Amino acid sequence: MTMTDPSPVISAKGLDLTFQTKDSPVQALRDVNLDIGAGDFVSFIGPSGCGKTTFLRTIAALEQPTGGTITVNGMSPEAARKARAYGYVFQAAGLYPWRTIAGNISLPLEIMGFSKAERAERVEKTLALVDLEGFGGKYPWQLSGGMQQRASIARALAFDADILLMDEPFGALDEIVRDHLNEELLKLWARTGKTIGFVTHSIPEAVYLSTHIVVMSPRPGRITDVIKSPLPRERPLDIRDTPEFLEIAHRVREGLRAGHAYD
Amino acid sequence: MRIVCAKDCARGMLMIRNVFPVLTVVAVIFGIWYLACVPMNIKTALTEAERAGATVSTPGARERRDMSAIGLALANPAQWRDTFALKKPRLPAPHQVAVELWQTTVEKKITSKRSLVFHGWITLSATLLGFAMGTVGGILLAVGIVHSRAMDMSVMPWAIASQTIPVLAIAPMIIVVFNSIGVQGLIPKAIISAYLSFFPVVVGMVKGLRSPSAMQLDQMRTWGASKSQSFWTLRLPSSVPYLFTSLKVGIAASLLGAIVGELPTGAIRGLGARLLTGSYYGQTIQIWSALFATAILAAGLVAVIAGIERVTLKRMGYGK
Repeated sequence: MTMTDPSPVISAKGLDLTFQTKDSPVQALRDVNLDIGAGDFVSFIGPSGCGKTTFLRTIAALEQPTGGTITVNGMSPEAARKARAYGYVFQAAGLYPWRTIAGNISLPLEIMGFSKAERAERVEKTLALVDLEGFGGKYPWQLSGGMQQRASIARALAFDADILLMDEPFGALDEIVRDHLNEELLKLWARTGKTIGFVTHSIPEAVYLSTHIVVMSPRPGRITDVIKSPLPRERPLDIRDTPEFLEIAHRVREGLRAGHAYD
Repeated sequence: MRIVCAKDCARGMLMIRNVFPVLTVVAVIFGIWYLACVPMNIKTALTEAERAGATVSTPGARERRDMSAIGLALANPAQWRDTFALKKPRLPAPHQVAVELWQTTVEKKITSKRSLVFHGWITLSATLLGFAMGTVGGILLAVGIVHSRAMDMSVMPWAIASQTIPVLAIAPMIIVVFNSIGVQGLIPKAIISAYLSFFPVVVGMVKGLRSPSAMQLDQMRTWGASKSQSFWTLRLPSSVPYLFTSLKVGIAASLLGAIVGELPTGAIRGLGARLLTGSYYGQTIQIWSALFATAILAAGLVAVIAGIERVTLKRMGYGK
């Protein structure tokens, strides 16, 4: 992958991950090499079973690689977790129904041992960051699905990690809400300058959001193409109708098709 | 105004629609019950009627002994009324049970040995103590099972085995063992009661503490949460709905345990004792009223738990 930063934030070299199942071992990742620079927005796209989520989970030390190396901020993923290097957003908002929105955002801060005053301050700050000011006292069921997912992003941002890992965060939302949240996410990324790893099924979503699109292919899970986007960092929604956009989307589609050619 | 009325009327209609089937079922049950009283009690009624000088279809209690009760009932319609008013009927009529219940709860002083409130409290105190012990024990066991593989493998089979032993068989032994070390009265009964109520709590809490999804547990890991942090902030709150379901089963089991604990020792106080003395002296009305008192008490206890459940879950943001 093209590097803007001489020292990548996330670096994978010859990464292998094989799951032992009952009948036969499954190669979820094979020989994955990837560098992600500071401030990049990297999307992982590919069909089910291509290892995109597994790769994201490996960065977050939720899976252990069986070969190769991976570093996050120059450390092992476990050490990076202890250093609060990343926030992780899952596909479902996963807010606790018995906590208010503020209470939910405050939860990781409580676990990490922030003081009460600092928790309150950070909750306010992150609520503003995701445009949910004034909703801190509400319970999750009082919010729409899109607002809940924004709250879950706020929760991942609350402890100020430099890296944001997102596993199909908008997959369960409808198209209109998804468009809106994509726009919001780009604004948030511009404001905070975070490095974002983003797993998605959607080609337009990947092209619209990313500086780099990593195309992956299944059996074994591997990277088939890394596309550097020529689009400017500032992207209005109607950029999706420009020839540049359509050209990148076409290239992603071709890449996905090539990965599937044998089956 | 009209809208308000329409709403109220609709609510009224809904209530009638809900109450009607319930009342129908109750009426059918009472009808069958009264009907059953006639053949069940006809022989006693005929004997008493004969003693009072009436003529009946087949004179002589001995002659009637092996005859069909239904046949006798059909042949002696004059004695039907008597079958609902016997002092020691085989099957007391509903109103007899109701009158006995009224007399032994409302009309008797609660300090009286014949007050069902007095006996009910004796049983209730053992029930509540046993329920508390069973609940605390059940929760502690569940926490152990969820957090320790060794306990998961070893405790659950014993817990299941414990419930396959008939409580009627083990209750006398518990009473005798405790009696021999000088513990009597409330504690042994509460232990039998706890023995029955801990099991649903263990099963429910194990399921509840394991109810957080893999995603929620992964989320905790990404925050570097310790086992105890995950327990207090995720597992325990997640288990609350499961706990209440178990508590409703557990409290009814507790009451059953307390009553069974009163039976084998010939206890003289408690609802179990009322059942026992009733059967010694053929006081069927007393037995039936004690049975109904037990059922009403159990329903009340379950309703109290259900009320606490509703309020708690609402405050926790569930059920929306």
